[in-house]
Amino acid sequence: MLSRRNPQLNAHGELIHLLSIEGLPRPVLHHILDTAGTFLSVNDREVKKVPLLRGKSVFNLFFENSTRTRTTFEIAAKRLSADVINLDIARSSAAKGESLLDTIANLSAMHADMFVVRHSESGAPYLIAQHCAPHVHVVNAGDGRHQHPTQGLLDMYTIRHYKQDFTKLTVAIVGDIVHSRVARSDIHALTTLGVPEIRAVGPKTLVPGDLAAMGVRVCHDMKEGIKDADVIIMLRLQNERMSGAMLPSAAEFFKSYGLTPEKLALAKPDAIVMHPGPINRGVEIDSDVADGSQSVILPQVTFGIAVRMAVMSIIAGNNA
Amino acid sequence: MSSLNLDAEALYADLLAGVRPLLQADTVLVGIWSGGAWLAERLQRDLSRPGEHGVISSALHRDDFNSRGMTAGADHTKLPFDVNGKPILLVDDVLYTGRTIRAVINELYDFGRPASVTLAVLVDRGGRELPIAAAISAARITLPKAQRLSLAKDDAGNFSFDIKESS
Amino acid sequence: MKILVKGGRLIDPASGHDGIGDLAIAAGRIVGFGQVSNEFDADRVIDATGLIVAPGLVDLAARLREPGHEHEGMLESEMAAAVAGGVTSLVCPPDTEPVLDEPGLVQMLKFRAHNLNLAHLYPLGALTRDLKGEVLTAMAELTEAGCVGFSQAEVALKDTLVLHRALQYAATFGYTTWLRPNDAWLGNGVAAKGALATRMGLSGVPAIAETIALATIFELVRDTQARVHLCRLSSAAGIELVRRAKAEGLPVTCDVSINSLHLTDLDIGYFDAAMRVTPPLRQQRDRAAIRAALADGTIDALVSDHTPVDADMKNLPFAEAEPGATGLELLLSLALKWGQDDAVPLLRTLGAVTHAPIGVIGDALGSLAASAGRLVEGGVADVCVFGLDERWQVTPAALQSQGKHTPFAGYEVPGRVKYTLVAGNVAFEAAADK
Repeated sequence: MLSRRNPQLNAHGELIHLLSIEGLPRPVLHHILDTAGTFLSVNDREVKKVPLLRGKSVFNLFFENSTRTRTTFEIAAKRLSADVINLDIARSSAAKGESLLDTIANLSAMHADMFVVRHSESGAPYLIAQHCAPHVHVVNAGDGRHQHPTQGLLDMYTIRHYKQDFTKLTVAIVGDIVHSRVARSDIHALTTLGVPEIRAVGPKTLVPGDLAAMGVRVCHDMKEGIKDADVIIMLRLQNERMSGAMLPSAAEFFKSYGLTPEKLALAKPDAIVMHPGPINRGVEIDSDVADGSQSVILPQVTFGIAVRMAVMSIIAGNNA
Repeated sequence: MSSLNLDAEALYADLLAGVRPLLQADTVLVGIWSGGAWLAERLQRDLSRPGEHGVISSALHRDDFNSRGMTAGADHTKLPFDVNGKPILLVDDVLYTGRTIRAVINELYDFGRPASVTLAVLVDRGGRELPIAAAISAARITLPKAQRLSLAKDDAGNFSFDIKESS
Repeated sequence: MKILVKGGRLIDPASGHDGIGDLAIAAGRIVGFGQVSNEFDADRVIDATGLIVAPGLVDLAARLREPGHEHEGMLESEMAAAVAGGVTSLVCPPDTEPVLDEPGLVQMLKFRAHNLNLAHLYPLGALTRDLKGEVLTAMAELTEAGCVGFSQAEVALKDTLVLHRALQYAATFGYTTWLRPNDAWLGNGVAAKGALATRMGLSGVPAIAETIALATIFELVRDTQARVHLCRLSSAAGIELVRRAKAEGLPVTCDVSINSLHLTDLDIGYFDAAMRVTPPLRQQRDRAAIRAALADGTIDALVSDHTPVDADMKNLPFAEAEPGATGLELLLSLALKWGQDDAVPLLRTLGAVTHAPIGVIGDALGSLAASAGRLVEGGVADVCVFGLDERWQVTPAALQSQGKHTPFAGYEVPGRVKYTLVAGNVAFEAAADK
């Protein structure tokens, strides 16, 4: 039976796995963001490497394909001097062959020190963390619809970079929130860091009422949701939503919930526009906005490497 | 809690005098964060050195990362000059095992290849665990292993010493 | 063998009897109840001082995995688990491998169970061939082979025309159809829809999946007057519909599992696959409604919903794990725990797992119905002797069942079974030190 103690923290309250933003106290989040700042400056040096994870093996275990995320984790691990092994295990071959835990056991026998895991099922990283050896650390690179904690953290880093004080902000998250692990991580991080107004914007099929229990204001009207926002986080709309009878078409979605320059004008004049990527131009976001002066989508990617370096170095340095 | 009475200001005066002959025209001062950085800042002023002094942190190259973990706020290295080909004078408050110096030199090498690295410290308390030596030290003392010695600075900028029992 | 169960607190929920007395058993039947004559020459005397002597438990839902898992000796281990839990009669659903849709399979199962000389087994037959929801099974032949009712197990029968006809056919012969009310399309999530499922990113089953299915079933019952037993209610809204249907006089009964009786979705914790069960664990409001309805009889019976799952099928991410939990050895204790927590009279607590389940099975038991699930002179000697106040800790490794996954692992529960008698045979006896 899984223990009731938060499996991410050791007995001293130090981070040993990063599985979810939920349950992490505010000081832990700030520690990660502060450390990310250090690595940002390292990434500006000639020699972009530090030896913190030298001799350690980081296994990228991607049961769900994602070249982008996997690449940023690989870069981050290599800049920490770790050895990186990439395993792309598409779900169908795992179903035909080894069970998840057998895969983990085999890799552990190859002296893996850290697993970066992306899986299509919510909760998979918890199962892994429960079953791997005490010295092995697990980073959740996205589990089903549940969490994408490093994305949440880099989103927070971005917001802190441009806006400084979380306690005075209005943040709007727009799009397919019910299926979004990024949204869940963002919402937990924003509430922990003290953001007073978080709005979840989208149609009822994608933004259900019971999201309010997470501490957000549900808005089905985009104009109401965007008004006077300091930060707008646009989420990717996936094609499966149309086939799942949740939306009629991408065009209709863009009409009501796409971020155009006109809608952006309803937010504060210095509002920043964020997106976890990859963006669907003309579906959730207009090209003019994506490429415009208020967009911080590309800086998010840069911050993402520093944040992942921070997470990996912090957990690797803490013992179970 | 030691009965030792160290006058930091007096020792600084000795350090200042001792450092002068070590300098070349293009030597840059680099202080090890945090005590060394304060010393470097004051030395830079008192020696009327051109340009700016540098600050360097050992955090990213520490050899005890696996046991002590990632310390918060390690972003202190700031070297506003080109390291390549320069004589570097490293300044620190207390020289003990030598591990911090080793880590700092590794950090320095991430930025380039210095012409030379010389070490000046306020207090050398012996107990070296690596083959590292200071060119000059204002004082040589011995302290029990359990005691931690570090430099403190008040609001007016006056130096004093802090001695703590380490946990 | 003649057995005297001496000095225990005899409780018979059917008659309301509750008093210290003796029980005399001979040739598999109860021959003396309460005051037993001194002339009764017992071969064995069981000292029941300080213990409760109750009818053997009747569990309306226990999966034994046979046919299908003969090589694992499942029938043997799970029947042993039953009597270890004081269960003397159990009803198993037809979702075996192959499905129980042929009289030969039913006969074989009954034969094997009979030879084990442990608990009585009453199988449910499949309502449709292979549970596919298309062709009706030979219900009369299956009944002759020993089936006490017909069921679709967890497989939703989407075609209302087929369901209507199945109920009509069953009504012809007075058979009871056991249905789990769960809409085929809305009912596909892995957790209960709500704030927790949303937060954890798990697909949710809304309560309307149950109420829509119930509404359909009630309409069909009104039209056919077929007897229906509703399996594993889970929602407050569903219970409300059942209450109204019963008030209206529809021939329906229902049960609830030990999991839904005690747990909520919060117990999922950090994606604990032991909590992956069907129906999914719902919220506090639903649990409260279930407890109240079981107490007042709106819900007739409490079942274990015993479903042993292989460890490999639980060591998976929550949504991929196979649903099910072991329960035969916990039914009595969890019934008692509920009774104690909610101050429910012991007669009702025990009635929900003895007398009431027999009422659900109804006429299908034939002459047995008169004495099954009760302690009555002349009736079959199915008896459970247990220590009410003796508490024990649920330790999965120590369970007799091959299913080691239970949401109640580590729980301390009341009620320790000391002796289980089936047809006058001591089928289980707790070790002396316990």
